[in-house]
Amino acid sequence: MSQASPVSEEQVSTAISARKRRSLFSLVVGNYALQRIGRAVFIIYVVTTVTFFLDRLMPGNPIQVYVNNMVAQYGISYNRALQMAASLFAINLKEPMLTQYFHYLIGLLHGNLGMSLLSQGTSVSSMIVQYLPWTLFSVTISLFISFVLGVVLGMYMAYRRETLLDHVVSTLSSIFHSVPNYLTAIMIIVIFGVELKWFQVGQMRGDLSPGVAPGFTLTFVGNALYHAMLPIITYVLTTAGTWALTMRSSTIRTLEEDYVLVARSRGLKDRRIALAYVGRNSILPLFAQLTIAVGFVVGGSVLIEQIFVYQGIGWVLGNAINQRDYPVMQGVFLVITCSVVVANLLADLVYSKLDPRIRIKG
Amino acid sequence: MTTRAQAMLANSWNSIGITWKLLRRNRAGFIGFWAVVFFLLLAYVGPLVLPVNMTENVAQIYQPPSWHHLLGTDNEGRDILSEIVLGGGGLIGVSFLAAAISTFISITFGALAAFVGGRTDYVILGITDIILTIPQFPLLAVLAGFVRLSNGAELAALLGLLSWPTLLRAVRAEVLSLREQDFVQSARGLDLGTTHIIFREILPNMFTYIAINFIIGMTGAMYAQVALIFLGMVPLAQANWGVMLSLAWTQGAAFYSGSLSYILSPVIAIALFQLALITFNRSLEEIFNPRLRTEG
Repeated sequence: MSQASPVSEEQVSTAISARKRRSLFSLVVGNYALQRIGRAVFIIYVVTTVTFFLDRLMPGNPIQVYVNNMVAQYGISYNRALQMAASLFAINLKEPMLTQYFHYLIGLLHGNLGMSLLSQGTSVSSMIVQYLPWTLFSVTISLFISFVLGVVLGMYMAYRRETLLDHVVSTLSSIFHSVPNYLTAIMIIVIFGVELKWFQVGQMRGDLSPGVAPGFTLTFVGNALYHAMLPIITYVLTTAGTWALTMRSSTIRTLEEDYVLVARSRGLKDRRIALAYVGRNSILPLFAQLTIAVGFVVGGSVLIEQIFVYQGIGWVLGNAINQRDYPVMQGVFLVITCSVVVANLLADLVYSKLDPRIRIKG
Repeated sequence: MTTRAQAMLANSWNSIGITWKLLRRNRAGFIGFWAVVFFLLLAYVGPLVLPVNMTENVAQIYQPPSWHHLLGTDNEGRDILSEIVLGGGGLIGVSFLAAAISTFISITFGALAAFVGGRTDYVILGITDIILTIPQFPLLAVLAGFVRLSNGAELAALLGLLSWPTLLRAVRAEVLSLREQDFVQSARGLDLGTTHIIFREILPNMFTYIAINFIIGMTGAMYAQVALIFLGMVPLAQANWGVMLSLAWTQGAAFYSGSLSYILSPVIAIALFQLALITFNRSLEEIFNPRLRTEG
């Protein structure tokens, strides 16, 4: 302690090169994008594995129940029933567990998610191809609208604090935040559809009106929007307020920053300060929240699509769960999880592009 | 002792009087508080005191609200107000139990992660992150499909076992920052032992924080619970607001003016209860976190 030992030049140089090597290593591992992608792949892998074993290890697992049913009800031989189960669930019970698991994963990579138990002859993947686009369509539009609306309202509220608009939006957003979104959906039907008769609930069901052919035509897009309107309104009503409140407090914080003061004292125009200095910096925390919002809206679609009978993937999942159509339940759940994970990944990457501090902190 | 530590100590158990004073000054929070009390009384004392009558009466189907039936009658001629009075207790109880389970998990593992650190912290955070990324409601619904729930306790367990990640992260962060506080450092210096430090020094200082998150957990459990009942995942044995909602919806009560009271009664009961909890909770947050008060 008392006597400092002299450090040889050799030691110093090895220490430096070690640090260099470590920084090269951390460049690969610490690469933000690669790290995030790896994490996303890992989560999807974990979820697929858990669904597989859930199916196999649960007491009274659906595959065994199905096989036993077939044998008991239809007098089919045990082996034949096993074969049928294998094609339905995309899992062959006769193989050892690890082989089954391996084949299941290979099957997934080829898009083989098994067959529906109830709609016979329909593969789960074909159902997903048919219904997923509608959910992506309505959810993406809703997220976009509520994000933009939230940013604009939030900034306005921050600039005009304690005004009528500030109070009204704050109150409304805490109400819509507290009331479960499916209840908001029911109230939209009851108040505006049944009592005020602003729209025909029955006609707005489904994805498209009969006779409208998909294609890049104005009728098609208009009709698709017409049918998606009620779910979109519900999503926007229930999420825009949260965006606005986040943007409001973020803007208030940014307004206190020194660079805003400097910009003001330099005599820059208010409009330019608002857009280039305040807005661009205040919007950052919202991207972090985007990940939560995506999961919430997609998860909520299971209920909202049931209520409006909007035939997207949430509607399919709701029905499958209700009728215990296990292969559909699993397949749709996997796809929903994958879309949320991918959406989160995109949000993370955009966020790190916009805010380099995230990348460096890791 | 730093001023922050002193402020935190002041906020612990024995300052309920101060809380009450601050709450009375916070108008929205005060209303929220009484609304919560109202719902608890309605659900737990109401059935004992009020003249509830659930008998079916085919001659009295879909009666409009009247002096005899304040909220009208349902599709089987039962008094809707009676159903509302009887239907809150079970739901609130399950939400409470679910929130208790998830809070327990969050505190135990959050504090563990923050205190032990290293690999334990890494693993706990990793699992938390994975569960946080999976969309909660679909996961819950699919699991409920596999497990086949048969009673309220199982439902509460399932809800509680899935809803801890957010609170766990928050507890971990809070413990990490409290650990560096002077009073914890001095307790460590005095060698008071980890158990003493966690239970006597750190947790009392997090009490209000945990209470606030407990209420948020209850609202989340209520949301998920009613949603599961609505999708038909929970056997409809016991009458509650969720079952009422589900039955009224499948009966198509939402689509006819004459039956609106049947569907709107549970909708409004659930919505108001959630609103009351969250309003009350917001004011608690404002009281205990002065930074929020000045920000607005």
